[in-house]
Amino acid sequence: MSVFGIIRIALKSLTRNKTRTFLTMLGIIIGVAAVITMLAIGQGAKKIVEDQVNSMGTNVIMITVNFTQSGSNVRQAAGSGNLLELADVEAIRNQVDRVLYASPVYNTFGQLKYEGNNWRTGVMGVDADYFFIRDMKVSSGDLFHASDVENGAKVCVIGKTVADNLFGDIDPVDKIIRIRNIPFTIKGVLVSKGQNVMGSDQDDTVIAPYTTVYARLLGQHWRNMMVLVSAQSKEDIPLVQQDILDLLQGRHRGTTSEEFAVRTQTDLADTANKVSNTLTILLASIAGISLLVGGIGIMNIMLVSVTERIKEIGIRMAVGAGKRDVMLQFIIEAAAISIMGGFLGILLGFGAAKVVGDIMKWSVAVTPWSVLLSVGFSMAIGVFFGWYPASKAANLNLIDALRYE
Amino acid sequence: MVKQLLQTQNLSKTYTMGDIHVHALRGIDLSINEGEFIAIMGASGSGKTTFMNLLGCLDKPSSGSYILDEIPVHTINEMDLAQIRNQKIGYVFQSFYLLPRTTALENVELPLLYCRKCNLHERHEKAMHALTVVGIKDRAKHFPNQLSGGQQQRVAIARAIVNNPVFILADEPTGNLDTRTSVEVMAVFQELHREGKTIVLVTHENDIAQYADRQITFRDGRIISDKINPNPRIAIDDLAKLPRLDEEE
Repeated sequence: MSVFGIIRIALKSLTRNKTRTFLTMLGIIIGVAAVITMLAIGQGAKKIVEDQVNSMGTNVIMITVNFTQSGSNVRQAAGSGNLLELADVEAIRNQVDRVLYASPVYNTFGQLKYEGNNWRTGVMGVDADYFFIRDMKVSSGDLFHASDVENGAKVCVIGKTVADNLFGDIDPVDKIIRIRNIPFTIKGVLVSKGQNVMGSDQDDTVIAPYTTVYARLLGQHWRNMMVLVSAQSKEDIPLVQQDILDLLQGRHRGTTSEEFAVRTQTDLADTANKVSNTLTILLASIAGISLLVGGIGIMNIMLVSVTERIKEIGIRMAVGAGKRDVMLQFIIEAAAISIMGGFLGILLGFGAAKVVGDIMKWSVAVTPWSVLLSVGFSMAIGVFFGWYPASKAANLNLIDALRYE
Repeated sequence: MVKQLLQTQNLSKTYTMGDIHVHALRGIDLSINEGEFIAIMGASGSGKTTFMNLLGCLDKPSSGSYILDEIPVHTINEMDLAQIRNQKIGYVFQSFYLLPRTTALENVELPLLYCRKCNLHERHEKAMHALTVVGIKDRAKHFPNQLSGGQQQRVAIARAIVNNPVFILADEPTGNLDTRTSVEVMAVFQELHREGKTIVLVTHENDIAQYADRQITFRDGRIISDKINPNPRIAIDDLAKLPRLDEEE
């Protein structure tokens, strides 16, 4: 008896019990679909995080002050530091190798006014390099340039959220808004970036030259500053990171390396990835359990099926089926159920992933390896859970089986 | 010279149930020649069913030897025994034992599916031929539950002969059938016998045994009589005398 022939026998007997076969399959269908959908959602979440991290810019290094330590070991609150100076930015730009751009970043808040509308948002004071570091572009108008920074020009670019709230349908370019009553000319509107990793709106922002912000909005006492640096390539980041730390420590005597926080987007990405990986594993293991339950369903039905078909097994053995033939037939039946179920589950999983993606507006991605995984898993389940009922069938006593009523 | 088909020597079967040993067969010496039509008779408990199981290689003897078509079947393993059942023996059972939800044709094809040497392409042809021999070719696509008892038994006979076995083993083939249908089935057997097939028929009905040309009677696990029937009844003649029933509608 060829294996091919037994496959035919097995498939034939499955088609004779269509309802039962389908119901058994359902467990696997749902299990596989769940695994695929969950993994797709996990992948989608990962992709969103990746996009958000990338929206920070390319090869970005962020330098902030962790805390400051006054002479007698009294630590001040994080971010309260007045350690970083504009001169540090210059030093980083000029003295550290493989630094492409560097820009100071001053953060403040301000009430914005345009005619009857007003809006409160964060105002950033940056160098013109900032746009290159963060890979920012304008959707209309223009960015401000190094000359604007040098001159302390009262110009700014605004994010889409600000533009929508202050101007509505009007084109904001070349209009004058008041930030804390100081008039700024809008040079351009930025291309929308969406939410950042932390979930805040990156389009709800006003960006102006740091010289202007520093002089007009902050006042001399304000020195809380962050430095944003762009390395030449991804591979350079760790080296540049260390060089900056060494440089800053050299420039500020008596500081420890712990006082400066030199972080990169990879650090952020790693944290975010850890979260989304945990989520994916959690979702996939729940789905995996449903696949397992589906497998036990197969075993259950196959056991019932063996009992129900004892006489059939007896007849088959009487006309010449050996133990091996009967065993193979039942294993193939179980495997066929799970493979078919796996296949339908993949289709259903694709569909469900698409629906979820559409509803949540996520780019839900079904990966080939998740398909391979669930097909392999469902096949293994079929053979594994088919084994016991099959061996039960194969070891039936011929005469007892024939006389079974 | 008539060829000897099978031979048993001191064939015994003992069942053990707890501490009790039941001697179902107590040493059977029997030989059957090619082309014989044998009726094995006996009351229930006489050992005839046990003997049939051994003869049909459905069970293994406790002791003694059984040589079928020059193969010592009492020595061979279960896997090869399955092939012996497939190649050498055709079974007809009392309650037909057709696979449900399976057409007559597919039922007849069943032994060919498990046959190692068979050409699968001829399967269909052989099965159709067997159905033609037993006279129900036109019911090939019917399911067993769409056939009358007599028709089902014909399908079973077709399945028994499809692989061209060395002998046909029929266990109470008329036990579930009415008189007329029984005679019809016996007519099929007699026709097969006339064509040279060896048939071993197990029955407890004397009437049915009259169609065979050798009658062996069992009692308490032993053969108590083994005689040639000089004038076997002719089923076709009997059929003509029986009143027609509206069974084959």
